[in-house]
Amino acid sequence: MKDITLGQFFPGDSLIHRFDPRVKLIALLLYMVELFLVKTLFGFVFMAALLALAVLISRIPMKLMFRAVRPLLLLILFTSLLNLFYTKGDTLFRVWKLTATWQGLELGLFMVLRISLLVLSSSLLTYTTSPIMLTDAMERLLSPLKALHVPVGELAMMMTIALRFIPVLVEETDKIMSAQKARGADFESGGILKRAKAMVPILVPLFISAFRRADELAVAMECRCYHTDGERTRLKSMAMARRDHVLIAVMLLLIPAILFGTNRVAFSIIPKTL
Amino acid sequence: MSRLEVSSLTHVYSVGTPFERMAIEDVTFTVEPGEYVGIIGHTGSGKSTLVQHLNGLMKPTSGAVLLDGKNIWERGTDIRALRFRVGLVFQYPEYQLFEDTVYRDISFGPRNMGLEESEIDSRVRWAAELCGVDESLLSRSPFELSGGQKRRVAIAGVLAMQPEILIMDEPTAGLDPRGRDEILSHVQRYHKERGASVLLVSHSMEDVARQVDSVLVMQRGRLALRGSVREVFSKTEELKEMGLSVPQVTAVFARLCAAGLDLPREVFTVEQGVEAIRKLMIERGILA
Repeated sequence: MKDITLGQFFPGDSLIHRFDPRVKLIALLLYMVELFLVKTLFGFVFMAALLALAVLISRIPMKLMFRAVRPLLLLILFTSLLNLFYTKGDTLFRVWKLTATWQGLELGLFMVLRISLLVLSSSLLTYTTSPIMLTDAMERLLSPLKALHVPVGELAMMMTIALRFIPVLVEETDKIMSAQKARGADFESGGILKRAKAMVPILVPLFISAFRRADELAVAMECRCYHTDGERTRLKSMAMARRDHVLIAVMLLLIPAILFGTNRVAFSIIPKTL
Repeated sequence: MSRLEVSSLTHVYSVGTPFERMAIEDVTFTVEPGEYVGIIGHTGSGKSTLVQHLNGLMKPTSGAVLLDGKNIWERGTDIRALRFRVGLVFQYPEYQLFEDTVYRDISFGPRNMGLEESEIDSRVRWAAELCGVDESLLSRSPFELSGGQKRRVAIAGVLAMQPEILIMDEPTAGLDPRGRDEILSHVQRYHKERGASVLLVSHSMEDVARQVDSVLVMQRGRLALRGSVREVFSKTEELKEMGLSVPQVTAVFARLCAAGLDLPREVFTVEQGVEAIRKLMIERGILA
């Protein structure tokens, strides 16, 4: 249960940690858009170097970063293989009825890089920003939508509550698992059916306790007169500093840099002789 | 040979992350067969972490836990089999109930042991009877029961495995005084009937003083004191420094003695107190 890396916050005090979460969110979005603009290998190397620099500054251990990609390894491998064999172009080698092409190899490589960088960059955000800060930032970025009667505040509250209770439920699961293990429950051995059945002693108490908690929370919120309309003030106010403006400017400048810079660098793995 | 031996047990949480925290540090003690041990300590002193090492739910960072002289983490030891011998009742055990009937929930442990159906049946009935769970409740859903009844069912679920060592992590938390006394008397009965060693983690000095033979005091992950009830509870000042106290009746008698009354200081339960005062009143001719 301790392997849930998504949304796992790694506290610290680096420059990356200190950026305004709204800015970090926008910067990530820009970075992702830019990853889709990149058309050359040189461009990918450039984007990867930028991310590596950010990771170094953040002092997040490399091991932790790679752990985030691990669950997607199979997907990455699969898509790159599909690309390798299903792209038309100059023959690289043949396996059975399939033909691998140079163009496929390049496209596959791009796919690997693109997906890995997407995952790595978003994990850098979640590693350096606490979940509460993130939802707070999202709420503020989306707040103009209130004019269109989108319940931004409620959505943010729901998300905050959901995030707030992930660690609680993880801990609860651990406790229930321990308690059932103490009664000799076996979660490790047996076939898929036996293992699925072994989850019942965990899931039933977990659901019951989740409902109980939800009920208690609702009562507690009502006791404090929580209601959705009305202006709320915040414990932590967000203020943009100079570094935030600089970050946004850099991320914006990367767009023309990619379109008119790296994309024009003719740097390909496809041999010119073909 | 000691039934249970804990030697230089150390546990560090989240090694190698910013959350690294020493939970237990160099704890050594033994538990004899049939001994009833109380474990007291402030919240966060490492009591719960400690007891989870004793049935192999947690693996020590260093040090060892020996059951009947055998290291439980030795290669080839069946940890699941060990858990049937060292029964652990968690805090608020009623939150682990999951079956559709009380009977089936109590039988979960014995069934996991792979016992015969007839043996399971007799154990379930035996444990239910021992914990004061009425026969008529066995076919009911555990979720229809009251809080106190649920707690007793959950405890019966562990006792049905008939462990040689029974560990209870605050079995009386959140119960009213009557429920508390009942649970403790069930445990006492199990202890006497089966000759089992019992470890009772508790916040209540009164419960500990009344139930146990000897006491372990944990403080900030370390074993601060170990001795008989008399030895530990006579160290009023030291306990106070750890944010603990002596049983109320002991404090009352300390003040009575300070006020000049000729009473023993070593009074740890209300019953002992009543007896001491009766004796004094007879001496003074107030009582015949």
